[in-house]
Amino acid sequence: MTKRQFDFENQYQIMKQKVEDLMEESRIHNIDLSEEIALLENKMARIRESKYKNLSPWERVLLSRSPDRPGAEDYIGFLCSEWIELHGDRLFGDDQAIIAGLGMFHGMPLTIVGHRKGKTTNQKLQYNFGMPHPEGFRKVMRLLKQAEKFRRPVLSFVDTSGAFPGIAAEERGQASAIAETLMAMVSVKVPVISIVSGEGGSGGALALAVGDRIVMLSNSVFSVASPETCSSILFKDAARVEDMAEASKLTAADLLELELIDEIIEEPVGGANQDFENTARLVEESILKHLRDLNDKEPDILVQERFEKYRRIGRVTGA
Amino acid sequence: MFGNNIGKTKYHEVSNFVRGDYEKGRESGSPKMCPSCKTPLAEQDLIQNFRVCPKCQHHLSLGAWERISLLADEETFREFNGDLSSYNRLHFPDYDEKLERAQRESGLPEAIVIGTAYIDGYQVVLGVMDSRFMMSSMGAVVGEKICLAAERAMELKWPLIMVVASGGARMQEGMVSLMQMAKTSAAIERLHQAGVLYVSVLTNPTTGGVLASFASLADIVVAEPRALIGFTGPRVIEQTIKHKLPDNFQKAEFLLQHGMLDLVVDRARLKETLALVLRMHGGRND
Repeated sequence: MTKRQFDFENQYQIMKQKVEDLMEESRIHNIDLSEEIALLENKMARIRESKYKNLSPWERVLLSRSPDRPGAEDYIGFLCSEWIELHGDRLFGDDQAIIAGLGMFHGMPLTIVGHRKGKTTNQKLQYNFGMPHPEGFRKVMRLLKQAEKFRRPVLSFVDTSGAFPGIAAEERGQASAIAETLMAMVSVKVPVISIVSGEGGSGGALALAVGDRIVMLSNSVFSVASPETCSSILFKDAARVEDMAEASKLTAADLLELELIDEIIEEPVGGANQDFENTARLVEESILKHLRDLNDKEPDILVQERFEKYRRIGRVTGA
Repeated sequence: MFGNNIGKTKYHEVSNFVRGDYEKGRESGSPKMCPSCKTPLAEQDLIQNFRVCPKCQHHLSLGAWERISLLADEETFREFNGDLSSYNRLHFPDYDEKLERAQRESGLPEAIVIGTAYIDGYQVVLGVMDSRFMMSSMGAVVGEKICLAAERAMELKWPLIMVVASGGARMQEGMVSLMQMAKTSAAIERLHQAGVLYVSVLTNPTTGGVLASFASLADIVVAEPRALIGFTGPRVIEQTIKHKLPDNFQKAEFLLQHGMLDLVVDRARLKETLALVLRMHGGRND
């Protein structure tokens, strides 16, 4: 049976509870088991560490999608001393699936955009499970223009299963909104740093993941389509998702090897899900480092280098 | 009315369709009847009508070389980078076999043919996708050839015409294929900056990552009648919203109505429409 949820932490909690029960028992019966318990706890910690070091691609997919996975709003809260959310595309509406605004990061104003999935049921509905409509992408484009005007670097957080597949989205030009966002991201004359923090699914994710530096958290994933979609189309069998997650090369390590991303942030044991603070600190360091590199570049050189970086992707030579 | 004759030419009067480059594009397995109105179709009628059903005007798929012979002036098409072909860089299951079969059945090394040509005397760089080749999905080679075509257009300062058909990104190439969306969009951005005209012609079907990148970024976006054009395929949308979609949903006319296209043009009038656009942009007609 294919797992549909990342359940290691639950199992771990059950084990932990058992050890605590054992401790309680030993106290009641006045037997000294402290040495054994210490050994057990040690062993459990090692199991946990090794588990997180050796997650399968499919487990990373599950972890990246898990509701306890920190999202753009969490990182913004950690990274920014001040924050103003800005709303609307000035054309149709305000897409809550994308959070966008201005954040003060180490005394530096940044334009920040990101997918937003929400955690509670109400939020998930309000944010459409992080699946943007065209107005979400157009809001991003509006803010990119502003960023250029005020020479503010752009930071993006990527976490979506994809752009929303619905009638209204098609009527309002989902494809052209994504295409134009790609073009805007690749040509904006300020530094763009993109953090793939959760699930990177298809074009709706890519629209926010074009920049000078693409950084992935070690348990985030990025794929051309979800393993479920690939599996049902290519294998005519939606159940073969684990094989598909393996074959698609969607982990951060795979993508670094393919030279499609620039850096991996190694999440602590338990992942960003269990240890947000330490993860966020690493994200902060990474952003600072890349901003230092990019801020000194002349805008034209910055854009030229970005063009060349994308031009090289999947470069092929004559047969 | 203005003096252009778009919409006035009869099908069989338009071009040198049967001759020249058509010989290079053997269409495999022509349908015996129109998939739309079920009228029996004779091969000769189809050739005469550029694979448009004479009765209901349903536009059947055209192979890349057939399309080239429809649009390019006789014997003016010069292919470049025709030797590029894909390999299974991710060692994806069954991809080698699929590539081989697609090459065998289409007679093409990859799903797109690019070259220079004259259209009614106007110099252009022309790219044509062929849906017989793995639904003309965009992997690294397709993306690369689109960029090469855009760069050639920039270099020569000739307009770029892209005839698009695609099921989207090529899943067998994983993220390398998704990234082609960014790569081709970047190439088109540079073309715009260089002030070079870019016209895309969307044919049945144009979907997914191809529509959401270079295909939508043209100065003028043209489509063939009734072509399916959308980001998410209709089946996936039906599964999501759990009811049937209206018949015209994601058809070219639907997109025109919603402001996503400039023109819906019958295949028979495509060449003269492009020629008119080229003329309006100061194309050189020597």
